Amino acid sequence: MDKNFKVVNQHIAKTDAFSIMGGAPVYTGDLVPGDALTVKILRSPYAFAKVLEVKKDIAMKVPGVVCILSHEDVPLHRMSAAGSSYPGNNPYDRRILDSIVRYVGDPVAIIAAEDEKAAEKAMKLVKVSYEVMEPVLDFEKAEEMAAGGAVVHPEDNYVFQMDIGGDLQKNILSQDAIGEGDFEAEYNKCEFKLDETYYTCANQQAMMETFRSFSYYDQSGRLTIVSSTQITFHVRRLIAQALGLSQAKVRVIKPRIGGGFGAKQSMVTEPYAAVVTWKTGRPAYVCFDRHESFACGNTRHGFRVRVRLGADRTGLVKALWVDSLQNVGAYGEHAVNVAGLSGHKTIPLYAKTSAWKFTEKSVYTNTTPGGAFRGFGATQGCFAVESTVNKLAMLAGLDPTEIRLKNLPEVGQPMPAYYGEILQSCALPDCIRTGRKMIDWDNKYKSEPFSTQVGPHRYRGLGMAVTMQGSGLTNLDCCTVTIRLDDGGFYTMGIGASDMGTGCDTILAQMAAEVLQCDVDRIVVNGVDTTSSPYDKGSYASSTTYVTGNATVRAAKQLLDKMMAEAAVQLGVEQSEVEFDGDRFFVKAGEEMLQSMKNAGLNTYEKTQAKEGAESEERSLSLEELGVESVNGQRDFLTATVSFSGQSSPPPFVAGFAEVEVDTETGEIQLIDLVGVVDCGTVINKNLAQVQAEGGFMQGAGMALYEQVVIADDGRLSTDSFMQYKIPSRLDVPKIRIAFEESYEPTGPFGAKSIGEVVINTPSPAIISAIKNAVGAEIHSLPATAEKVYNALKNK
Amino acid sequence: MKFELNGKKIDINVAADEPLLEVLRRCNCYSVRSGCDTSNCGICTVWVDDRPILSCSYPAARAEGKKVTTIEGVPAEAHEVMELLANEGADQCGYCSPGFIMSVIAMKRDLTNPTEQEINEYLAGNLCRCTGYMSQARVLEKLWS
Repeated sequence: MDKNFKVVNQHIAKTDAFSIMGGAPVYTGDLVPGDALTVKILRSPYAFAKVLEVKKDIAMKVPGVVCILSHEDVPLHRMSAAGSSYPGNNPYDRRILDSIVRYVGDPVAIIAAEDEKAAEKAMKLVKVSYEVMEPVLDFEKAEEMAAGGAVVHPEDNYVFQMDIGGDLQKNILSQDAIGEGDFEAEYNKCEFKLDETYYTCANQQAMMETFRSFSYYDQSGRLTIVSSTQITFHVRRLIAQALGLSQAKVRVIKPRIGGGFGAKQSMVTEPYAAVVTWKTGRPAYVCFDRHESFACGNTRHGFRVRVRLGADRTGLVKALWVDSLQNVGAYGEHAVNVAGLSGHKTIPLYAKTSAWKFTEKSVYTNTTPGGAFRGFGATQGCFAVESTVNKLAMLAGLDPTEIRLKNLPEVGQPMPAYYGEILQSCALPDCIRTGRKMIDWDNKYKSEPFSTQVGPHRYRGLGMAVTMQGSGLTNLDCCTVTIRLDDGGFYTMGIGASDMGTGCDTILAQMAAEVLQCDVDRIVVNGVDTTSSPYDKGSYASSTTYVTGNATVRAAKQLLDKMMAEAAVQLGVEQSEVEFDGDRFFVKAGEEMLQSMKNAGLNTYEKTQAKEGAESEERSLSLEELGVESVNGQRDFLTATVSFSGQSSPPPFVAGFAEVEVDTETGEIQLIDLVGVVDCGTVINKNLAQVQAEGGFMQGAGMALYEQVVIADDGRLSTDSFMQYKIPSRLDVPKIRIAFEESYEPTGPFGAKSIGEVVINTPSPAIISAIKNAVGAEIHSLPATAEKVYNALKNK
Repeated sequence: MKFELNGKKIDINVAADEPLLEVLRRCNCYSVRSGCDTSNCGICTVWVDDRPILSCSYPAARAEGKKVTTIEGVPAEAHEVMELLANEGADQCGYCSPGFIMSVIAMKRDLTNPTEQEINEYLAGNLCRCTGYMSQARVLEKLWS
């Protein structure tokens, strides 16, 4: 393992830093054509209803209104808005506009006008009559309500892309069961038996730039969509599918993105802009306000997770059963995979079981559709499984860190619940040990509640958790990179991966620069325009560093090889005789010359001088000269395109620790310290990895303590602005301390694995167990508000 | 309506209910962005007569005759902060950065040797979803040293 890196594993500023911070027009909203129509969406006030009639005639008379579309005006066939590779497991369960509305906010009509005022005036004049139906709001009652006739998807043109165990008449989108061994037999043999049920609620990704896109016909008549999206190529396919167009007639461009966190892994605004341009020929812009982004975008799926865990006296977990019930919401984007991850990425951490089981079911309800959010099911599963393991520690009188160390998988071992993959790199034991030191666990951790009093009714406690994620989807997702030598002696790299602020443009440039022995400045990264970028499935599933990174390294190596071959031809020598230092190609000093230098008794300095003299100007070629030669019509242009698809999805790991202070009079929780130790393999960019981890921990802390999606009795979202949905401010997260324990992943680019998602998982179980450790209050549903803690203390 | 934008005289028609944010974007100040519509996130922070305000909820007409400053109007001070942010990786998606930077520069003018708590209180209205604020805190420390 060579870790002597020059460009990767360094602190490097993002290549777009000054444009995004300085106010350059680089985001979607900055690029909208002046004559674009403003698109507004009339939305259902009911959670579940049939649309009987949409009367548009009066609204159409509003000056400036150009078109109003309802379900009769859009294609009948169903599609999925999920950005994932085709074919996949997402059901075709939605239309652009439908005759049934399935949650409060489901679109009923699309209004396009010359300006916002006209569109809004028209919206008030569109008259819609509904037949209101009883909505399914409680996901635990979804099956039972279906028996009473409340079927969320009764339509006859619903399409399952593949068998996922769905039963629409029972509101079941999908279900699955996997496992090994005789669970009940092993469980019953165990000294400690736990049977715990936990709830996670929906969460908002809350990226600062809300959903938005605009569309127009480009110079060659292609329907062009400029969108703040993580999935540029998927959007091209999905829009073509939605409108019944050939993909050749659709083009998608991704500018800079103001955050995504998974929200923009689904198509959200794009069809509304596209359909207006398709109908009118005019450019059209749709921008969701914050209310729409929260109520009508997508959220983290809410879960109920039951964990049955059996362990022996020493804390060795012998039997583990994770049973997940997922609230899909109104439409099924990503739900099947999200449900899967709640088991696939939690069970493997307890690697010494004699029996394990994972059962999952996903049900439709009449609430905002779920979607992708950083962590993607692993987060929900981690909360439940890790909280259960922390409870085991308490019951068994064992240290929670020791229990983890005892049960972890070892390098070289297959992980049956993780697709049977063999673990090839893991520094999680080091992460646990380092985190323990950082938070002073050995001195501060007391197993009994009320052990650390810091005020008249204030107590402190510690908690911890471990987690894993993946690095892309195995044997499914394809990422391609094109890199070329330009005649100015620099490189242009085309990528289809979508930098959403995480810095993938920069880290991929670092990887190419490491191979090509140059600075990042010499690599121009261009992405993403489906017309000119190479195919990449987009940025999700923690895949850009690992999957697109692997494609980058291979493309850069292939280009380097081509350059060496070409330089050899031009220098009139064999390729094996050529050396490259990043700027110039030299003819290697031959054995004969080295021998003669030795015989002449030269010292090291003189030898270097003589060698440099031998590699004289006429025997070398600059990168720029090679570039010029490649475009002068005599030689080939030098370019390489390589795609990569992971044969494995190596897991990154985190050990997370939390210290909290709880007020027993009020239930108020103060976060004192959050520590995360991360194994993401080789850290490609030290700044960006650290900030990713800090940001993930903050979001995890928000999920643990504050962030709560509340649905009112009529199905309306009560928490539809930052007034009600509180993400942490800088006053709420006093301290997040991150350290890295780098393993070396043999299949990764320079030994790297992913980091984007894994960092969000541990705060909620760590914080919840710290609360319990402080005052004995046991919380089973997120977020752990002061109210819940107060009630838990009162009801003890 | 007449006002001064980054030292330049502007004469522009505005609607009675138009927020300053929209007018500034019409003047091609793309650094001024909206994040929440409810005065919660601080992304649209600009200065009116050198005081930071939230331009999403500031009626444009109120700026009549006043001096409005965006990040484009304080290039030297902004560059200093941007460079520190870039070198710390604290820009991330960058969407909230201009508003944050305008608050930071205002704070630097307002406070001398502030404590960490004073800094956090001054900037509490500038939300960021990407960074977890720690990298911004490191930048602020460097800004004062």
